[in-house]
Amino acid sequence: MAGEKKEALLEIRDLKVNYKVYKGTLKVLNGVELRVGKGERIGLVGESGSGKTTTLKSILRILPYNASIEDGRILYKGIDLLRADERVLNEVRRREIAMIFQDPMAALNPVFKVRDQLYDIIKESARGKLAKEEIEEIAYRLLKEVRLPDVERVMDSYPFQLSGGMRQRVVIAMALASARELLLADEPTTNLDVTIQDQILRLLADLTMKRNLSVILVSHALGMVRKMTDRTYVMYAGDIVEEGDSGEIFENPLHPYTQLLVETAPKLTGNWNPRGVPGRIPDYLNPPPGCRFHTRCPFAEQICREKKPPMIAVEGGKRVRCWLYYKR
Amino acid sequence: MAGRDPILRVERVKKYFKLSVGTVRAVDDVSFDVREGETFALVGESGSGKTTTGYMIMGIYAPTSGRILYKGTDISVPAHKRPAWVKREIQIVFQDPGTSLNPAKYVKDIVALPLVVNRLVEDSREIEERVARLLEAVELPPDIMYRKPRDLGGGEKQAVAIARALAAEPRFIVLDEPTSALDVSAQAKIVSLLMRLQRERRLSYLLITHDLSIVRNIATRVAVMYLGKIVEIGPVEKIFKNPLHPYTRMLLAAAPVILREEEELLPRDVIPVGEIPSAMNPPPGCRFHTRCPFVMDECRKIEPKLLEAEPGHYVSCHLYKEQPVSQ
Repeated sequence: MAGEKKEALLEIRDLKVNYKVYKGTLKVLNGVELRVGKGERIGLVGESGSGKTTTLKSILRILPYNASIEDGRILYKGIDLLRADERVLNEVRRREIAMIFQDPMAALNPVFKVRDQLYDIIKESARGKLAKEEIEEIAYRLLKEVRLPDVERVMDSYPFQLSGGMRQRVVIAMALASARELLLADEPTTNLDVTIQDQILRLLADLTMKRNLSVILVSHALGMVRKMTDRTYVMYAGDIVEEGDSGEIFENPLHPYTQLLVETAPKLTGNWNPRGVPGRIPDYLNPPPGCRFHTRCPFAEQICREKKPPMIAVEGGKRVRCWLYYKR
Repeated sequence: MAGRDPILRVERVKKYFKLSVGTVRAVDDVSFDVREGETFALVGESGSGKTTTGYMIMGIYAPTSGRILYKGTDISVPAHKRPAWVKREIQIVFQDPGTSLNPAKYVKDIVALPLVVNRLVEDSREIEERVARLLEAVELPPDIMYRKPRDLGGGEKQAVAIARALAAEPRFIVLDEPTSALDVSAQAKIVSLLMRLQRERRLSYLLITHDLSIVRNIATRVAVMYLGKIVEIGPVEKIFKNPLHPYTRMLLAAAPVILREEEELLPRDVIPVGEIPSAMNPPPGCRFHTRCPFVMDECRKIEPKLLEAEPGHYVSCHLYKEQPVSQ
């Protein structure tokens, strides 16, 4: 299995999450399986609505009130986060796992200066009590580390006074203050310009490598994930459908869904024949039985409509959840 | 392509916004033309002036100076002062259909508005027929007209916005980031729809985008903008094969690609650094000099001119002064 060499830091097993809505129950996560090694950076890709963010939020247990975790385990250093009490969870949230959200404006408090917000986080995540000078020193070091120019000015700015790229750097600095083990990044560069995106991704790659931090990067942009992670999971309608080395997985995609995703993306080489994946993500009120992709799959057979395929190991450390690769 | 008449001509256009704290030079002396039936792309980051340029063509506001000619008619005035036929022939599709469609209206009323405003229909029965045909043209089932935008997915909403633009029987459509709010699958559907409509109706497009892979696949010519200026302009194949301006190379180097084959096309001599400066105080000389890895003394003082590097391919950079660049 890919990534087996590295000791697992986090392992998600058979995670099932539902949302209760007026019309009934949305069965979103359908048994997600995922593991992150110590210091490993993994990517999670899929269309909007495939359950990527729900997976991340389950780890920190910050799902909205109408969500319910039906089944599964999230093992973090041997503790099951789904069954841990609030005190343990808070410790983990404060000092070990942090999350970067898509919109830095929403993640920052608009009425406090960067200085106050950053100091608060440093104070909260410290193991003991810190002197004011120590907090200040850590804050300056963090802002320098995320390569913000003019640290003094940034400290005394309100979030609206900074550009989008600078805001996201501040958010990363805050996340680094509390993430000692794992960083969850949910579309961290989606609202930024391409040259800024590239800089932020390289910065994240660099800083997490230096600190031996594990990362889960969620994105619908295949190129982002390829650029910044070691291993990629492809998600479709609440299931992991393929897993493989980030540099290889799109080069030779196995699952029909991954193949369509790769084919659908416009390439710099030109000759694009744009046609989307036919159909749309299924209705989670009544998800299709068997393989959830069978309603859009060009290769669907009888068994696909009846039975969910297992994750099948293929040569080259790849794994794919598709009956086409099942050897009878 | 050569020899085709331009349908739109932008001549030395500037747009300055006066604010209490200074003047924003959003677009600063930009010229290009769009030929009939082509897709002309404006690329650049936020703050480059690409959307401001599109809005001036739409007549959302008038240029501070310079001229915009549409089929030979001067349209450098806000839309309400333009002749009715110009207003009808130039339409726009905005980036986010979530905000460009009125959430309180039915799809039918949204698509019918240009028909009514331009008096293209006689009675309500005709409206229904025309809306149904427009929805079919954008590959939506006609009964969608009795629904509201909130019942539709992102790609469907954008298709409704395209149907609305088509209702006026336009000749020229400004596409302002038409797919950046959509995910890959919806993006592919919208792009193939736009390409088919262009072929069938011989439409001319001005495509405003930051996505180079989209430009590579659907545009015929492209202008790269930086801080209100065009830094490089030319046919798409030439610019992608031989990107000259360091900013174009930086944009390419930053492109998130998914295949090794694409990776080989990326310039390796430029690493993306810095952010676009404020258009209130653009750097003197070449505006890109603060981020350019090849910066020389003269770049800080003298503004480079747009020169022809190879036939049809222009670049504004001191690196390419004397000798035209060979391929």
